[in-house]
Amino acid sequence: MRFVISPAEVMETLAMVQSQKLDIRTITMGISLRGCSGASARTTGRKIYDRITRTASGLVEAGKAIELEYGIPIINTRISVTPVALVAEGLNAAGMACVAREMERAAAEVGVNFIGGFSALVHKGCTAGDRSLIDALPEALSVTERVCASVNVASTRAGINMDAVALMGGVIKDIAGRTAAAGGIGCAKLVVFCNAPEDNPFMAGAFHGVGEPDATINIGISGPGVVLRAVQEQPQADLGTLANTIKNTAFKITRMGELVGRVASRRLGVPFGIVDLSLAPTPTRGDSVAEILEAMGLERCGTHGTTAALALLNDAVKKGGAMASSYVGGLSGAFIPVSEDLGMIDAVVAGSLSLEKLEAMTCVCSVGLDMVAVPGDTPAETIAAIIADEAAIGMVNNKTTAVRIIPVPGMREGDRVQFGGLLGEAPVMRTSSFASHGFVRRGGRIPAPLQALTN
Amino acid sequence: MARRKASGAAPEEGHRLIITAVGHDRVGIIAGIANVLAEANANILDISQTILQGFFTMVMVVDVAHCTLPLDQLRERLVSKGAELGLVVNIQHEDVFKFMHRI
Repeated sequence: MRFVISPAEVMETLAMVQSQKLDIRTITMGISLRGCSGASARTTGRKIYDRITRTASGLVEAGKAIELEYGIPIINTRISVTPVALVAEGLNAAGMACVAREMERAAAEVGVNFIGGFSALVHKGCTAGDRSLIDALPEALSVTERVCASVNVASTRAGINMDAVALMGGVIKDIAGRTAAAGGIGCAKLVVFCNAPEDNPFMAGAFHGVGEPDATINIGISGPGVVLRAVQEQPQADLGTLANTIKNTAFKITRMGELVGRVASRRLGVPFGIVDLSLAPTPTRGDSVAEILEAMGLERCGTHGTTAALALLNDAVKKGGAMASSYVGGLSGAFIPVSEDLGMIDAVVAGSLSLEKLEAMTCVCSVGLDMVAVPGDTPAETIAAIIADEAAIGMVNNKTTAVRIIPVPGMREGDRVQFGGLLGEAPVMRTSSFASHGFVRRGGRIPAPLQALTN
Repeated sequence: MARRKASGAAPEEGHRLIITAVGHDRVGIIAGIANVLAEANANILDISQTILQGFFTMVMVVDVAHCTLPLDQLRERLVSKGAELGLVVNIQHEDVFKFMHRI
């Protein structure tokens, strides 16, 4: 059979990988920990360690082999597991922290850089195990490097558990304090969700949902650079045409994820879960979602029109990506993490992008207030109120929202904190100086919203 | 030119690589790359040369089903031969292009 791809198409793909930084951001293996419950922290931890190391033994090697053979950069291989609170119900906080250490050991053994799923789902209320896990978060995230945690505090069908939201405000402050030497980096490994997806391959919010099989392969792709180039090449196009260009580009990017997912699934003998077609930026020039919005004609990301531009981008990426993959899932939208996106950082520094505008942007795109640094003296109640606002947006709009916020110890508005690597660096952003204490301290649940009468 | 398989049988699916070399045109580019492939018993199925955006661009389709070298070593040799000739050499699996450009 003759090869029928034209040289121009070959070169297009090459340019995507080489100069536009298209890559597979992560191959994430979801592993069920059901059946790993034991009578003590020790036996539970040992069972979890055994299950992870047995299931994922070939994961990293398979990722490297695929990268080599296919010539596609694969940046990370990771693991997500069943929310630990479900598996380790019955343990106290010390026991939960012990389980986190076993997860860290297992992740190091198989060679992955992150393991997600030190998680609890508490949108309607906490069990004793959920509470133990939440209490264990400060220790777990300060003594481990690879373990990522998430807590689902709200959903469209259950409402917002404000008791849990208030609790998380304090927990986040505690984690920041314990990892103060590294700029509060422990908080970068904790996501507070509304409507958390069960098959998300991206950290720190990845966990293996209760409806998932024993193991799955989920793929996250990263292609802001490719979309940026496509938008830059159409400086005069009207927005309908631009949306079409983005769709075509998203299709091609997602196909690469689909290919890698199928190959990884076949080689590892693990069912293919989903491709998450999120545009995930990296702190590299040209690999930025903010730069795409600016290429669409905004002087700076965050100015008036940013929400509309982002809505167009997010929808076009979904439309193109959905056609390219047999199974799309996870978060699947544009990410707007501040510290991981050079254009976002520049916009904050220039005074164009504020926390309030970011919040508005989260109404029309994936995730939420992600990798946002705020002053170290921000009260726990204010952090809880920020989480509550974001959860309300997700609850009412029937979408996933999340908060990954770092109150950087000792830092004030305008300072810059370095996290390094993919986590980047973040300018410390302004929060409101007016208190939210009274509202947060009321506690209770915000009832689920009406799903009709939608005006 | 690399040795062609005498039988002329259809090459095995899934063992084809796309090798691209981009740079300035000069004598010996194809000979140099083809030599590395011949030494490794990799069979050249198709070659095209073109000028894209001002650069000499060569695209080769190569069957590595009977390649005697591990892929990482073949990759290394091709890249260093390319560097010798002033070219940037890339190697990707054909499926990458099929998936991206054809449904």
